[in-house]
Amino acid sequence: MNTEALSEALYAKLDRRRMWKNRICLGLLGFASLVAILPLLFILYFVFLRGLAGLNLSFFTELPKPVGETGGGLGNAVLGTLVLVTTGSMIGVPIGIAAGVYLSEFKRSRYSDYLRSSVELLAGVPSIILGIFAYAVIVVPMKGFSAFAGSLALSVILIPTVAKTTEEVLKLVPDHIREAGLALGLPRWRVILSVVLYGSRSGVLTGVMLGIARISGESAPLLFTALNSQYWPKGIFQPISSLPVQIYTYAISPFDEWTQLAWTGSMVLVILVLVTNLFMRALIASRGQEGHKR
Amino acid sequence: MKNLNASILEAKNVDAFFGDFQAVKRVNLSVEANSVTALIGPSGCGKSTFLRTLNRLHEEIPGARFQGEVRLNNENIYARGTDPVRIRRKIGMVFQKPNPFPSLSIYENVVIGLTLAGIRSRVYLEETAERALKAAALWEEVKDKLDSPGTSLSGGQQQRLCIARALAVKPPVILMDEPTSALDPISTARIEELLGELKKEVTVIIVTHNMQQAARCSDYTGFFLLGEMIEFDRSTTLFTVPKDKRTEQYITGRFG
Amino acid sequence: MNSYSGDRRFQNFLRVLSSLVIIVLVLITIYLVKLSWPAIAKFGPSFFWQTDWDPVKEQFGAGAFIFGTVFSSLLALLIAVPLSISVALFLTELAPKRVAGVIGFMVEMLAAIPSVVYGLWGVFFLAPLLRLYIQPFLGRNFGWFFLFQGPPYGIGMFAASVILAIMVTPTITAICREIFKAVPETQREAALGLGSTKWEMITLAVVKSSWSGIFGASILGLGRALGETMAVTMLIGNRNEISASLFAPGQTMASVIANEYAEAGSNMHVAALAYVGLALFVVSFLVNLIARRIVVRLRS
Repeated sequence: MNTEALSEALYAKLDRRRMWKNRICLGLLGFASLVAILPLLFILYFVFLRGLAGLNLSFFTELPKPVGETGGGLGNAVLGTLVLVTTGSMIGVPIGIAAGVYLSEFKRSRYSDYLRSSVELLAGVPSIILGIFAYAVIVVPMKGFSAFAGSLALSVILIPTVAKTTEEVLKLVPDHIREAGLALGLPRWRVILSVVLYGSRSGVLTGVMLGIARISGESAPLLFTALNSQYWPKGIFQPISSLPVQIYTYAISPFDEWTQLAWTGSMVLVILVLVTNLFMRALIASRGQEGHKR
Repeated sequence: MKNLNASILEAKNVDAFFGDFQAVKRVNLSVEANSVTALIGPSGCGKSTFLRTLNRLHEEIPGARFQGEVRLNNENIYARGTDPVRIRRKIGMVFQKPNPFPSLSIYENVVIGLTLAGIRSRVYLEETAERALKAAALWEEVKDKLDSPGTSLSGGQQQRLCIARALAVKPPVILMDEPTSALDPISTARIEELLGELKKEVTVIIVTHNMQQAARCSDYTGFFLLGEMIEFDRSTTLFTVPKDKRTEQYITGRFG
Repeated sequence: MNSYSGDRRFQNFLRVLSSLVIIVLVLITIYLVKLSWPAIAKFGPSFFWQTDWDPVKEQFGAGAFIFGTVFSSLLALLIAVPLSISVALFLTELAPKRVAGVIGFMVEMLAAIPSVVYGLWGVFFLAPLLRLYIQPFLGRNFGWFFLFQGPPYGIGMFAASVILAIMVTPTITAICREIFKAVPETQREAALGLGSTKWEMITLAVVKSSWSGIFGASILGLGRALGETMAVTMLIGNRNEISASLFAPGQTMASVIANEYAEAGSNMHVAALAYVGLALFVVSFLVNLIARRIVVRLRS
């Protein structure tokens, strides 16, 4: 039986191969990261390069012109998105916050397990299915497409997003803060509302903003609920234009003026999303110093 | 400190930093071959950090810095161009919490040092596994279940597995960082017994916060305090007639 | 006691409001079934393997869409999973903190870009790239392989899969990062202490013990890929056909709904599309359920 350590020379030869393997594989990891962020850089580059050309006041104030005529804008789409998102938020935000508060502040129970699972599962439902849902619930009985149906679909997308961020933000509040409130003689519900929720309001608000930015970019659930329109919004029970749907329609059209509008519209959406995300990041970074997860 | 037998490992003016904080200050140490050297001291005194400079693990921590020299068989392991991988093969380490790899079997755990290095000979690996497990006093207990996961053993057995794993590559020196502090008294006693046998083949440097363990098992002891090594002597001497007042205070329980 | 009843009322109020989440989930199921019932009654399970989709003759079979969904999702995962694992490893094991923060943020931003913007970019950049350079190259040199046959349209299964891969990478990467971070430091030390190179340490200590988590992350990514609609619709070519080639146009379950629902004439057409939607709903529900099980079990 060989009881001596293997010779240095043998190890040295094997080591050389290992060194190369190490360098190459680690290099591949770095390369992969570059490949992963490349699409982002490309998309941002393209969107801003082409979108900027069409960015002017008329983009926000004018209706699309018929093909062949220059000028025009997507004012109706911008306004439509505003209407849809506002209405959707009015429905979705309260429900989402309620769910987030419940999951964070109350003891685990059968109900909270169901609630948590439902939030997760709802988050995983494809947005186009939510469009079918809103179609069945509103378009069919009303016998027509409407902004309201679109808002409903958007609100359902919003709910799990807001619920999750709300719960996350509230959980960052350390327990001793709650105890301090209770020790002052405040009832539990007061502590939750005035101490925990109020104290986390910027975080919760940012989570809501993130959700709103997200639904502003959703187009699939609007395709057959809010449909589309070439005119200014006429009311909540009529079809309505929206930025994402217009981008979709124009992107696949053969007309240059329209594709220009699609690029500019995309740029507006991307800026919206980028700004809200950066804001959330900055907030978490500064909050991270104070609070700690429980 | 001059030793009668050849010194296998020497630390010269070792400084170790974490960023701006200096954890180890100008430590000079000479370790005799085939001995057990214990490093004692209150927690946070830098003994574990110092231990990790001996196999160049210290530098893996982000922000860590090192100054000085460490010589193994008169080769400076910190010399420019020296590959830490080769050094770590020669200076094994056993950690405070037993850490066998959960995705490997007992057998695979023991020979992992060799398979990593690229050794493929089945015969050699199996012989080595048996030899190492016997040296770690674990062979009888696991010889029939070499294919079970490394984590299926008890805590004490897992630690002996880690010792076997370190022994498999036949390093001249093994470092042990509080190897029994996470174990029950019986497992601790078994491993302490092992040290006496192990030192016939390897040199052991053991960090321990258990003074009795150091007094029982080691030939030499170094006392650390706030990053400096205050005293280094034969264990029998240090524990009965320490030369430094602080050493005396520590071993009589005045602090730490 | 007064305050106790106040607490009770508050909790009940929250319960009522939040229960709408559960109710909506149930309602979605009910309404989907209700809407698709005529098609379920007429076609039954054969709906899923028949491939004739003819609104005029009212013959509907979703086989081509199921194929399209499966093919594009699997191909997307094939690209995205190794990529995501590599990125996650880079971020947790290699990159200095600052770099990891920036690149991590950028990967997360990929998830925030709206699907239509991906589609727009795909139509004007990715598809021409494929049509003018990549597909002709593959066709010339590997045209004997069934995956690379047919005219290089640019738009088609390949384009849709690539864009899907980009879109699911952030999800898989994020979960993998969590999983790798959870590997105890002592495992890494054990590997390094034995004289392993950094790469060997990563494979031995980090990756080897994380396979089930990586699997869970991939399933979650699959869930996202299944439901992706707009970008896929704009890039897949919208042809209700099954083809083995990557270059061929196709259709997924989500894209056929996006294409046809708004103008669906007859009740049976709507019902058939809703039937497709029901199938999509059930499948992504199950996939997400499985993924959650795996990831939640690992988190505990």
